[in-house]
Amino acid sequence: MALKDITLGQYFPGNSLLHRFDPRSKILFTVLFIAAIFLCKGLVSYGITLLILLMMIGISKVQPRVFLKGMKPVVFIVVCTAILNLFYTSGTVLWSWGILKITEEGIWKAGFMVLRILMLIACTLLLTYTTSPILLTDGLEKLLRPLKKLNFPVHELSMMMSIALRFIPTLIQETDKIISAQKARGADFDSGNLIQKAKALIPILIPLFISSFRRAEELAIAMECRCYHGDEGRTSLRQLRYAGRDYGLIVFSIALCAGIVVLRVVFGL
Amino acid sequence: MEPIISLKQLTHIYSPNTPFEQRALDRIDLDIHPGEYLGIIGRTGSGKSTLIQHLNGLAKPTSGQVLFEGQDIWADKALTHSIRFQVGLVFQYPEYQLFEETVYRDIAFGPKNMKLDEAEIDRRVRRAAEFAGLKEDVLERSPFELSGGQKRRVAIAGVIAMEPKVLVLDEPTAGLDPAGAASILANIEAYRQANHATIVIVSHSMEDVARLADRLVVVSHGTLPYIGTPREVFSHGAALEELGLGVPAMNRVFSRVRAMGVDIDPAVYTVEQAKAAFLAAWRKRKEGK
Repeated sequence: MALKDITLGQYFPGNSLLHRFDPRSKILFTVLFIAAIFLCKGLVSYGITLLILLMMIGISKVQPRVFLKGMKPVVFIVVCTAILNLFYTSGTVLWSWGILKITEEGIWKAGFMVLRILMLIACTLLLTYTTSPILLTDGLEKLLRPLKKLNFPVHELSMMMSIALRFIPTLIQETDKIISAQKARGADFDSGNLIQKAKALIPILIPLFISSFRRAEELAIAMECRCYHGDEGRTSLRQLRYAGRDYGLIVFSIALCAGIVVLRVVFGL
Repeated sequence: MEPIISLKQLTHIYSPNTPFEQRALDRIDLDIHPGEYLGIIGRTGSGKSTLIQHLNGLAKPTSGQVLFEGQDIWADKALTHSIRFQVGLVFQYPEYQLFEETVYRDIAFGPKNMKLDEAEIDRRVRRAAEFAGLKEDVLERSPFELSGGQKRRVAIAGVIAMEPKVLVLDEPTAGLDPAGAASILANIEAYRQANHATIVIVSHSMEDVARLADRLVVVSHGTLPYIGTPREVFSHGAALEELGLGVPAMNRVFSRVRAMGVDIDPAVYTVEQAKAAFLAAWRKRKEGK
C-alpha cells in the first residue's frame, strides 16, 4: 500500500564519515549551513555553498536519487516561488505580454530562490538520512541543555520527540489496517466532492485517535513500571563524545558562515 | 457444483522490484464451495491474511485470478466494489474499527454504503444484532462504553448486516475467554444455517477449526501444502508439526503412538475419535493373539 512507501526523513544506515560524526556537531553544521544559505547574495557565495553541499552528499554515500525523491513534496512550492519571483520583480524588462513581464532581476531572483529552497531541503535531508532518530534526539537534548536554566523542559521535549518518531511506523500500519477494514464494509474514499471526501475520513480518524490514546496510556504505564521518573538523575546508555573530526566539522561550519558574511559585506558577491 | 470463489494461480508480491520484495502468495489454486465451512490454518506470516484479503478484492493479485461465481472480480471497477458486500470480511480484533456514536449506527455503516433504503437498513441492523448476540437495549449505547467481548460482537454484526454470501473471519475468537469464544462461534454457525452462507475462518485454535470446519486449508510460506477434510489434513500430523503448527493434542498423541510402531489410526483429532480408535486397536490386538 502507498502509505508504507512514505519516506519521512528516513534514516539510511551506513558507515560513511558523515554517519560517524557526533550528532551534535552534525546538528550544528546543519544550523550554520542553513544560516549560510540565507546569507548568500551572489553567484560566488551560492556557488560555494552548493559545491560544499554536493560534496557532503557525495561523502554521505546516500544515493543522489534518494535526495531527489525526498524533495518531491516541495516541488509545488518551488514552482510557485519561481513563478512569483519571475513575474513580480521590477527592473530591466526583457519580455512583456499584457500585464505580464519578465525582468533580468526577476530571472536571477527566481533562480536564487529555487536554489535556496532546494539546498535547505537537501541539507536537512542530509542530517536525517545519516543520523538515526535516537541519536538525533539525544544530540538535540544535549545541545539544548543550557536552556534548562531558563526552566525550558528540554528532556521532556526530546522524550516526546523520540516517542513520536518511534510511533510513526506503528501508526501508518494501524491506518492501513483501519482503511482496509472500512473498505471491507464498502467505505468509498475516492468519489464524491470535497465535503463528502472529508466526511469519508471520519471512520478512519476516530478509531485511529482512540487507539492512539489507548496506546499512549499503555506506554505511560509501561514506562512507569520501569521506574521512569523524568529527567532527574537519569543517565544515558549511549554517551556522546566529541572526536577530533567533530571539532573539525564545527570549525569548518563557523568558517563557512564567516566567509559568506565577508563575501556579502565586503565584496557584495 | 460451481465454486462460489475460485482462486487461479494467485500470486501476490509485496513491494515488487525493490530490495524489500516479498512473495506472500505463490501460484495458489483454491476452490471455495457454496455453503461450506472452510478453516484456514497457518503460522504468523505464512500468508493467511494476504490470502483472505484477496477473497473480497481488498488486495489485488500481482498475477492470477480471483473468480466470484465464475466472474473475474477485477474485470471492472463496479464489480470489485460490489464484491465487498457479497464477501464480508471481519478482520482480526475488529473492535478497534468502531467509530460511530451508537452501536446501531455503527452496524448500519455497511448497509448504508450499499445504498439500501431506511426500512431495509433497520431490518438488517436488528437482524445482525440478533445473530451477533446483542440485546435490543445495547443498540442505542455508545460502542466505546461496552466490554471488549461486546465490542467484538458489534463489529461482527457490522459485517453480517451486509448479509454477505460468504463470511470470512480472521481469528474471531482471539483474546476472548472460552465461554465468549464458544458463544461467538455458535452465533456464526447460526448465521450460516439461516442464510445458507459460506464461512471461511482463520484460526490458531486447531481444536476449534477441526471441530467446525468441513474442510481445512494449510498455508505455509505462501503455498497451500494440504487441503482436505480435517481427517485428511490431520493424517499428516507429524508434517504439520514440522511446519510449526500446533495440531490438536489428541492428534499429537496418536502420531507419536504410531511412530512408536503401534498400528493405530493417526488421523484422530478429538477425544471421541480417540476412544473409538483406541478400542479398535485394542480389539485388533486381542484378535491377533
